[in-house]
Amino acid sequence: MNDTGIYKAKGFQLFWRTAWARAYPRIVGTFRERSWLFFETLLPVLGTAAYVFVYRAINAPPDYTGFVVVGGAMIAFWLNILWNMASQLYWDKDMGNLELYIISPGPVMAILMGMAIGGLVMSGTRALIILTVSTFLFGVTYQTGSLPLLGAVFLVTMAALYGMGMMFASLFLVSGREAWHISNLLQEPVYLVSGFYFPVKAIGFWGAAAASLIPLTLGLDAIRQLLFTGDPTLGFLPVGMELGILAVLAVIFINGARLALARLEEIGRREGRLIERRR
Amino acid sequence: MINDAAVLTEKLDRIYKIRGPRRKDDPRELVALDGVNLEIKRGELFGLLGPNGAGKTTLIKILSTLLLPTRGRVVVDGFDVVKDFGEIRRRISMVSGGETSGYGLLTVEENLWMFARFYGLDSAVALRRINDLLHLLGIGDRKRTKISDLSTGLRQKMNFVRGFICDPGVIFLDEPTLGLDVTAARDVRAFVKNWMLEHPERTILLTTHYMAEADELCDRLAIIDNGKVLACDTPHNLKRRLQREAVFKLKVGPIGPKPCKEEMLESVPGVRQVSIVEHSSGTELSLILEREEVLSGVLTHLGRRGSKLISLEKREPTLEDVFIDLVGRGLNVDTSRRGKETP
Repeated sequence: MNDTGIYKAKGFQLFWRTAWARAYPRIVGTFRERSWLFFETLLPVLGTAAYVFVYRAINAPPDYTGFVVVGGAMIAFWLNILWNMASQLYWDKDMGNLELYIISPGPVMAILMGMAIGGLVMSGTRALIILTVSTFLFGVTYQTGSLPLLGAVFLVTMAALYGMGMMFASLFLVSGREAWHISNLLQEPVYLVSGFYFPVKAIGFWGAAAASLIPLTLGLDAIRQLLFTGDPTLGFLPVGMELGILAVLAVIFINGARLALARLEEIGRREGRLIERRR
Repeated sequence: MINDAAVLTEKLDRIYKIRGPRRKDDPRELVALDGVNLEIKRGELFGLLGPNGAGKTTLIKILSTLLLPTRGRVVVDGFDVVKDFGEIRRRISMVSGGETSGYGLLTVEENLWMFARFYGLDSAVALRRINDLLHLLGIGDRKRTKISDLSTGLRQKMNFVRGFICDPGVIFLDEPTLGLDVTAARDVRAFVKNWMLEHPERTILLTTHYMAEADELCDRLAIIDNGKVLACDTPHNLKRRLQREAVFKLKVGPIGPKPCKEEMLESVPGVRQVSIVEHSSGTELSLILEREEVLSGVLTHLGRRGSKLISLEKREPTLEDVFIDLVGRGLNVDTSRRGKETP
């Protein structure tokens, strides 16, 4: 309480108030401006369709169609990480929001958490639409395993993925235009190494192991194993092991984000990078 | 808490390293603040007056914890900006001129609510304060307008609400009326004055290069140029420094080409400072003379150069005269490209 009687939250309460407030524009934006429906669902569906037709042309097993559809849906999350998490603080710096985030008592980690929560809702909506439309269009049938396990895999994958997004955002805090270039650079190669359109096992054990640093690789593989139980040979690692690795990645990335944020904010304050506009 | 002043700076330096490609003889560093000593008391509306590039914004960024000082000690509301920045952030707020913060797809009320929550305000309290402050600034009817649809003036009023919503102990206003029309600027100044009247324990640090604004609003002023504080006093006392001198404003016909140093107006005995503004209709001269009698020498000098007197006005010293007297030039000179070569 200050001397005019206005109560201002501290600690955990301030953290959640900040996180929810930052999530709000993304959640509202998802439903307020629907122009994204056309571009952000139609285009991934078209990309998915190309692979579906390739697999059908070479008489691949029907599960491959399902693999592509699930991969196509998960693209929404990866794009969200790159463009709405990692580079977001760069845009915010340019718009003048970053200065206000930094000087407010709400922790910047809570701002990142809010961006992640809002981004999850935003991308989840897109992914659900892509999945539904593609399933209907290509007649995908699912032979699901344990639904609670599927839910757990999805949640832990998202925790690890958005933890990575928060860490990237921290690293990009002091960056200028290079944030844009790095995001561009990471977009397409990750489609390849994380196996968005094919089982990641196909790139070989060590290739898949290296790609597992990106949580979507193992998350996608585990989700596919749980959605298409008909052909167990297509999985990279056992689902339980993948879930465990994803949990470890989540802890590493979220803590990495926290440490990177503190360090880079200090560098930004020293070098004046928090206040410079587009270079 | 280590000091009772709202803001205290001691021997504050801020030097920017210049990054990126440069030629061999380009400066490596930019001295933005050079040994700044200031003490702003609680309850003061303190002004920083200086041209573009003088160091005003750099000082505000340091005080608002966005920048670290290179050297020196800086205390805000009793806390050190280097060590206790978290405590400072709970007590301060900032509004800058030409600010474009917020998200265009949100309404005014939603944007303000978001920022209020960053300060830990309860949702109902935030909405009530938003409503009250929007009405105070005369934009209560714009609560549900998307901010992408606001004009510059309305947006700046919204920024003011954002700055004051958390009821800060110290607020930094960095050129807050920049780009506003006369009416909007007047509304904003009236809001600031009323807020200080209603909250006598609060402190405002205002940077501006509008002399009239500084004169109207500020209890005390520091005149800053090239990163140095040249004078610090009340507007009245600053102007009194020139009371013994004679201040004249002359409008004359075209003076002709720039003369050599010996033939310039400054060479007339008793002329302390000259500021020249060229207009299409003639030339406006602001003169600070040691005594009134010096004027005849000035008029003779102008006559010799073929210039005719159009009008002459003796007036009371203004802050602009004080500035010219201290700095040797008017406020509308950009000094932002100063660099200092270092080994």
